[in-house]
Amino acid sequence: MEFEAVIGLEVHAELRTKTKVFCGCTTEFGGQPNTHCCPVCLGLPGTLPVLNKSAVEYAIMAGLALNCNISKFSKMDRKNYFYPDLPKAYQISQYDLPLCKEGYIELETDKGTKKIGIIRAHLEEDAGKLIHDENAGTSFVDYNRTGVPLIEIVSYPDMRTPEEARTYLTKLKSILEYTEVSDCKMQEGSLRVDTNISVRPKGSEEFGTKVELKNLNSFRVVYKALEYEFKRQVDAVKNNEKIMQETRRWDEDKGITVPMRSKEAAHDYRYFPEPDIVPIEVSDEWIEEIRKKIPELPYQKKDRFIKEMGLPSYDAGVITSDKALSDFFERCVELYGNPKTMSNWVMGELLRAMKETDIDSEDLPISPEQLVRLQNMVDNGKVSISMGKKVFDSMFKTGDDPEVIVKEKGLSQISDADALNEVICKVIENNSKSVSDYIGGKKKAMGFLVGQVMKETKGKANPQMVNELMRQELDKMQKN
Amino acid sequence: MELYEYGMNELIAMLKKGEISSVMLTKSLIDHIEEKDKDIGAFLYIDREGALKAADKADKERKEGSDKPLLGIPVAIKDNICTKGTKTTCASRMLENFIPPYDATVVERLKEAGAVIVGKTNMDEFAMGSSTENSAFKKTVNPWDYGKVPGGSSGGSAASVAAYEVPAALGSDTGGSIRQPASFCGAVGLKPTYGRISRYGLVAFASSLDQIGTFGRNAQDIALIMNAISGHDDHDFTSAPGKEVYDPDDIKGGVRGLKIGLPKEYFGEGVNSEVKDSIYAAVKQLEERGAEVEEMSLPYSEYALAAYYIISSAEASSNLARYDGIRYGHRAEKYEDLIDLYACSRSEGFGKEVKRRIMLGTFVLSSGYYDAYYKKALEVRTLIKNDFDKAFEKYDVLMSPTAPTTAFGFGEKSDPLEMYLADILTVPINIAGLPSISVPCGLAGGLPVGLQIIGRPFEEKTLLKGTYMIQEITGKLRPEVR
Repeated sequence: MEFEAVIGLEVHAELRTKTKVFCGCTTEFGGQPNTHCCPVCLGLPGTLPVLNKSAVEYAIMAGLALNCNISKFSKMDRKNYFYPDLPKAYQISQYDLPLCKEGYIELETDKGTKKIGIIRAHLEEDAGKLIHDENAGTSFVDYNRTGVPLIEIVSYPDMRTPEEARTYLTKLKSILEYTEVSDCKMQEGSLRVDTNISVRPKGSEEFGTKVELKNLNSFRVVYKALEYEFKRQVDAVKNNEKIMQETRRWDEDKGITVPMRSKEAAHDYRYFPEPDIVPIEVSDEWIEEIRKKIPELPYQKKDRFIKEMGLPSYDAGVITSDKALSDFFERCVELYGNPKTMSNWVMGELLRAMKETDIDSEDLPISPEQLVRLQNMVDNGKVSISMGKKVFDSMFKTGDDPEVIVKEKGLSQISDADALNEVICKVIENNSKSVSDYIGGKKKAMGFLVGQVMKETKGKANPQMVNELMRQELDKMQKN
Repeated sequence: MELYEYGMNELIAMLKKGEISSVMLTKSLIDHIEEKDKDIGAFLYIDREGALKAADKADKERKEGSDKPLLGIPVAIKDNICTKGTKTTCASRMLENFIPPYDATVVERLKEAGAVIVGKTNMDEFAMGSSTENSAFKKTVNPWDYGKVPGGSSGGSAASVAAYEVPAALGSDTGGSIRQPASFCGAVGLKPTYGRISRYGLVAFASSLDQIGTFGRNAQDIALIMNAISGHDDHDFTSAPGKEVYDPDDIKGGVRGLKIGLPKEYFGEGVNSEVKDSIYAAVKQLEERGAEVEEMSLPYSEYALAAYYIISSAEASSNLARYDGIRYGHRAEKYEDLIDLYACSRSEGFGKEVKRRIMLGTFVLSSGYYDAYYKKALEVRTLIKNDFDKAFEKYDVLMSPTAPTTAFGFGEKSDPLEMYLADILTVPINIAGLPSISVPCGLAGGLPVGLQIIGRPFEEKTLLKGTYMIQEITGKLRPEVR
């Protein structure tokens, strides 16, 4: 029997407001512990939350970009639970009347476009962070993050493979980045993912027992955890074992999911309407005002790249799925002109280097200006393409300008005919067999000779010139 | 006449004329408080040093020509209202050493108006109670009879004003906590419309019901305090827009044509007959002065107390969850793990009544019980509001006893349900968010009786008019000087 996974995702994204959702403290990441706090976000006795209007606006914008209906009337609720990182012992969230409802994201799959439904997107506040000191056997709390606005986006269980889940996340992330609703930095925790998964025989309409997976700190981990969990559950079903409804976490070292303690998972949150915040009423005018502010979305940008720049659909799709990357690319094209040449750099060297170093598109060590200058050096023969790639690597590692790298490493191409002729003569002298092969009609032999020149010059010779000069020299010999 | 015997209005005039200085006044009052409070026990903390400093500042400002409305006037603050740098304990072991780093909006505004804060007054722990017996620290007695309770939860503030320790004191009212002790102690106590006064800095008990208000000895003094503390505040999202000016002279306009409704449910079986008689007598006098009086009905009143204890306990269970021993407040010395730290700290830090309400509130919000209790209580809340809305189409104000009885003795209400009944005539008003005032209208068995006036939202002025007239009729009620 063949099985399929039924996967739903819950994504928390911090909104990019300047100040926290219920007070005037900065939302900036980092800072000395407990310096971005005030009596309100610390929940001191007597303090009251005041709703930040721009947080509501950002959440509505996200909702619109995710094709949601925006509720004309919604309210905040209290989610009650004890934890040291939650200073009021309740989180102000939304329960039965979320701000955004019933949206979707479209994914391109090999079977065509697939809609993934979004149940809801609601506004809530973030909690602080616990820092455990294992040696001292004690814990510290940093409340800087407390009260940073979050949007929680809950999907329908519409995904059937870990790959679809990853695609959904990539797409969702790019939408949040494009709308500038969130900066979506998983390492800084501004984007967090929980997921639930169950399995069932392919074709079945019923749902299996679902398992929740938490603490997944990258899309790669989401993918791996889902992949593992799918196999685990299918094996269990095949062996007639019961699947427990539980919360599990990913153990990176072992590469498996393990159950969390039931204490951590079992909660009665005792939701009730937040009496300190009057209900949120959203007018049609306000919604339209926000809609007008939504910048170009990924799919719109992709279309533009295809139509206006003539990029292949695949390139356009890859580049636009990442906001910062597409911004980088556009700037390159602006400076250089030829989109395909620039897309080759981005799709090839840049993405490879990013993947190898785990550097995000937002933190690129090189600028579009540097990349374009490098391409210019290739164009005017200062460096060869293959040298250019080496320069790129070095540039990506150090952030240095291409000119500096070329100079320091002596990578500049030898395009001086006299210098090249000298090497060519030497190669011809030392490889008489190949020379006579060539003269005897084995034209392929020239490739070997050119290769020898490149070797002699440590790759710095201008290959086109070497080709040209070598042919001239050999032809001369043939005539003689 | 001693300085402490004057009303605020008179003191302001004397200060303006330069007959007294604020330092002189404050010193004299604090001397008096320190003496008098040995018996009364109204204050948890007397801030002699801070008050004299503020008084000195006020005197200097006056010399520089300042005419702030309450410049140099001493007032007291209930100990659940945050005062920067001064302990705010809520009369709880949990917050025994809590010093807020900020002032409540009302405190800030009183200071801006020039008032001198002399100290913090006793109360039922976290404002839960009707006798001030639930204070973890102190017993406050009724100035009329030291064997009787002052009422609660703002018992300290009520007693301090009634005992002529201070001319005015702030309190908070969630289900009657200003009006009931005002009634017991023979003071005037106003609970304004929900949203009229910022709650920022009031340690929350039940957020949708809590409202700061004030005690005074007469309507004019109440108007002066209201002018200083009311009006919109950006720190409170539930605070109403705008600001009203309460002219102390404007409230002397009389009651001719005032349509008064007497809700018959508020004169029912549980209400002491002498109390009823006292109210009827006062109302009759108003009628003689041109008011139109009619008996009417608020049919859903009987469900108010039940709804109140569900809603207020539910909110309290959440509001008081932050006292977990992690950041501030009481932390148990011995504990096994995190859960145990919570359990021990809270078990040790909270008193019995607070624990009872937290348990009750947690229960009614629990999965499986929410619909039967909390949701139903919210439905009742709507019905009660509708009752009042309908009544105010016809009547300008409603009048009733503030409490079913006069002050009772210490330890008399040992059954919590019996204690809860002390609020039966005041809680519906909080549920509906309306303004309401308790004004002394006579004595029953030698103890003051409070008449409750209930008004339309934001019509505190009408209440003050009624209060003024009733005080004109009854004259000043003052506990015999012992």
